[in-house]
Amino acid sequence: MAGIAFPEPSQAILARKREIVAALKALIPADAVIEDARELVPYETDAFTAYRRVPLAVVLPRSTDEVSRVLKYCHEAGVPVVPRGAGTSLAGGAIPLEDAVVVGVARMDRLIDVDFANRTARVEAGMTNLAISDAVGPKGFFYAPDPSSQLACTIGGNIANNSGGAHCLKYGVTTNNILGLTLVLDDGEVVEIGGDAIDAPGYDFLGLLCGSEGQMGIITEAVVRILPKPEGARPVLFGFATSEDAGACVADVIGAGIVPVAMEFMDKPAIEICENFAHAGYPMDAGALLIVEVEGSNAEMASMLARIIEIARAHKVQTIKESQSAMEAAAIWKGRKSAFGATGRVADYICMDGTVPLGKLSHVLKETDRIVESYGLRVANVFHAGDGNMHPLVLYDVNDPDERVKAEAAGMDILKLCVESGGCLTGEHGVGIEKRDLMHHQYRPEELAQQKRIRAAFDRAERFNPSKVFPLEARS
Amino acid sequence: MTGLVAERTTVPASEAEAVDLIREHAARAMPLRILGGGTRKAGRASGPATLLSTAGLSGITLFEPAEMVLSAKAGTPMAEIEAALDAKGQMLPFEPMDHRRLLGTGGEPTIGGVAAGNICGPRRFKAGGARDSLIGLRFINGAGEVIRSGGRVMKNVTGLDLVKLQAGACGTLGLLSEVTFKLLPTPETSASLVIEGLGDEAAVALLCKAAGSPFEMTGAAHLPAGAGSATARTVLRVEGFADQVTYRLERLAALCESPALRLDARDSLALWRDIRDGVVLDAAPGDAVWRVSIAPNRAPKLAARLRGARRFTHIYDWCGGLMLLATPEEGDAGAEVLRAAVAAEGGGHATLLRGSEALRARIDVFQPLTPGLERLTRAVKASIDPKGLFNPGLMYPGL
Ligand SMILES: Cc1cc2nc3c(=O)[nH]c(=O)nc-3n(C[C@H](O)[C@H](O)[C@H](O)COP(=O)(O)OP(=O)(O)OC[C@H]3O[C@@H](n4cnc5c(N)ncnc54)[C@H](O)[C@@H]3O)c2cc1C
Repeated sequence: MAGIAFPEPSQAILARKREIVAALKALIPADAVIEDARELVPYETDAFTAYRRVPLAVVLPRSTDEVSRVLKYCHEAGVPVVPRGAGTSLAGGAIPLEDAVVVGVARMDRLIDVDFANRTARVEAGMTNLAISDAVGPKGFFYAPDPSSQLACTIGGNIANNSGGAHCLKYGVTTNNILGLTLVLDDGEVVEIGGDAIDAPGYDFLGLLCGSEGQMGIITEAVVRILPKPEGARPVLFGFATSEDAGACVADVIGAGIVPVAMEFMDKPAIEICENFAHAGYPMDAGALLIVEVEGSNAEMASMLARIIEIARAHKVQTIKESQSAMEAAAIWKGRKSAFGATGRVADYICMDGTVPLGKLSHVLKETDRIVESYGLRVANVFHAGDGNMHPLVLYDVNDPDERVKAEAAGMDILKLCVESGGCLTGEHGVGIEKRDLMHHQYRPEELAQQKRIRAAFDRAERFNPSKVFPLEARS
Repeated sequence: MTGLVAERTTVPASEAEAVDLIREHAARAMPLRILGGGTRKAGRASGPATLLSTAGLSGITLFEPAEMVLSAKAGTPMAEIEAALDAKGQMLPFEPMDHRRLLGTGGEPTIGGVAAGNICGPRRFKAGGARDSLIGLRFINGAGEVIRSGGRVMKNVTGLDLVKLQAGACGTLGLLSEVTFKLLPTPETSASLVIEGLGDEAAVALLCKAAGSPFEMTGAAHLPAGAGSATARTVLRVEGFADQVTYRLERLAALCESPALRLDARDSLALWRDIRDGVVLDAAPGDAVWRVSIAPNRAPKLAARLRGARRFTHIYDWCGGLMLLATPEEGDAGAEVLRAAVAAEGGGHATLLRGSEALRARIDVFQPLTPGLERLTRAVKASIDPKGLFNPGLMYPGL
């Protein structure tokens, strides 16, 4: 069976398991160290479930100080470390290695402090994305980046992956919404990067850490920006006959100088899957669907929508459905945000995440269909159209090894197409192990080597999350 | 740069020529000082180096208004970029400051200088800085290799984000040869509210309250008495379609609880240009000017703390999150008391924006780093520019 290679685990480290576990238990409370084979199973993979490795041990520290002690020990003992949040990575970024200790921040989930006047919150890295918005919601605020996994995923994982979400068109992604971090380095040293001021001094290490995929240190706390909620928000469904019409409409809305809060796309297979799951009232006769959300006062939303509707009409929009109530609005978003989960109920899938220039959207969609068909598989497309971030879900049967290989191959072809179209391999899910071996398609060897040297400025022995992101043969 | 003993000035006409030049310098371990438009006499003064002008790397290489993205070679004058954007009703979202009037410099600011300096303006607290709109770049590292990061698409997490790392590194991490920014439509119109006579504390509290409202304020400054007017002015700006602007301004006015004057688009634009460029600051010709970054509502406390210690004038932007502070150059121009006060107020940082070469040689222009950050800074510098070719000493001694 083809597939993604893992490095051979170090027998020397495996042989020291007992000693390593004992040392960890001496450093932090014993209940924070998991070593039993059965109890390790929940940690053997993330949301890229086709690959699994049971780690040497899992530790779940409760403070920055405990993380620091664990890392100092691992540094001295030469043990690799795999940082983990909630394990919702779609790229295998949190999949353990057999000779590594997983350091999970899930138990560090406290809200430390909210400063409403300055619109910031300091949180522990294991706090979930949605919990932040829930905590500040009663005062009329929210944390903007909203990955569909926001109920489960942690802010630490969001930072490590620079995660996005449906509303990033207006509010930006994680890197635009973080002001400070507490980072524990390879040897256990704790550094504060940024703080609660609007910009940070020196090199932009905040920007560098966002998207570093757990390879530069463990984030234990973050200062996030919180924003006032809009007066109102209204998602509207637009049904089109074809994906081309929908794609062209997206390009024209942006081209007309209108930046809605969100512009989400679904093709016919995705509409069917999501509607059957969420009963959101999606038009079943449409070949493609856009969810466009506008914000503001009633009058502001109405005038913005009027402009968008006019453009949609020029693209032969078939149905326009405005949400009439908060419940309808929630149903519309439920359908979209549960797209992956709903798809998971009808088939296994791998989710690609390339971004393409808006002008190439229609072309890439058509080619995607052709590629997947050529492997005899099916694809459903749901994605962030306003910023060109595609999410083709290639459907297959995980119990059929042949199909899995085909699905992976189709996915790789799609990503190469994205790069060739002037885009990139991943817009928000990260490289992880999944796209590691495709990095050559986007970067030249000297570019990969430069990135690796920068990473090594933080993680001197490349002990954090080894065998991820960078092609194995390019490793030193 | 004045007073610098330059061996020579070179003007590579292409990225390939710049590569050759950098390789030559790498082979002989000879430093380079990168010169964009020369509008900012920024950074620490330091020793001799070859001046590398980006003037030969000029021109817009990609502009797709329908995708709101623009790429240009690093030496492209901002005036050229702005003219091209204007023609299509688009803009750089972060409203970059033009330093010339405050610093008394000439030259033409370049897009590469804006990227390398992470230059921004009043919209920063709402729309981000240059770093937030910069989505791709090409740079040449200390080995003379061309390195690309990011690209022309809006979302990209493929590999490390060297785009952000370069924004604000002031050319100490290589020569930027081309940069790509995402754009926004220029708002149809804008307007401002001005409330007169508020003290610093009350003004900043008001601005913070307004920023916490849903009315999308995009400018929030307080100009104490003496800053361009005999009475203190607190200024709130909104931008958008005409109907939005009218509505939001009304709502913000209601929230202010004090009588507010309304500035129409023309007056509002003019005032915000002066705020952006720091020229409303009441600075004497010989004064040093500091740029202080701190959590907004602690800024007035910082000013109060300084009042006994030093003579100064100041303005607040970004709801208070940015202070420009003018003070006589004598001694260390207040570096020590200022930074101590910032630390005592819970942290932030102070950078010298304007100062004579003598002053820049005797004090830390950039906020000194904590030991942990300093180690990382040196390690990152060494990973890109191991021989220390680029802008040596500009940000930190020995780096
Ligand atoms: C149903 C579903 C929907 C999703 N929708 C979206 C979406 O809309 N947008 C989007 O961007 N992503 C989405 N994702 C992907 C995923 O949820 C995000 O990448 C998320 O940020 C991962 O967070 P996590 O806490 O689960 O991190 P994990 O999966 O545990 O880890 C992710 C990576 O971060 C590292 N890491 C985790 N915590 C830390 C830390 N504290 N310090 C340093 N490194 C750390 C890990 O080593 C790993 O490399 C979705 C996933 C699923 C399953």
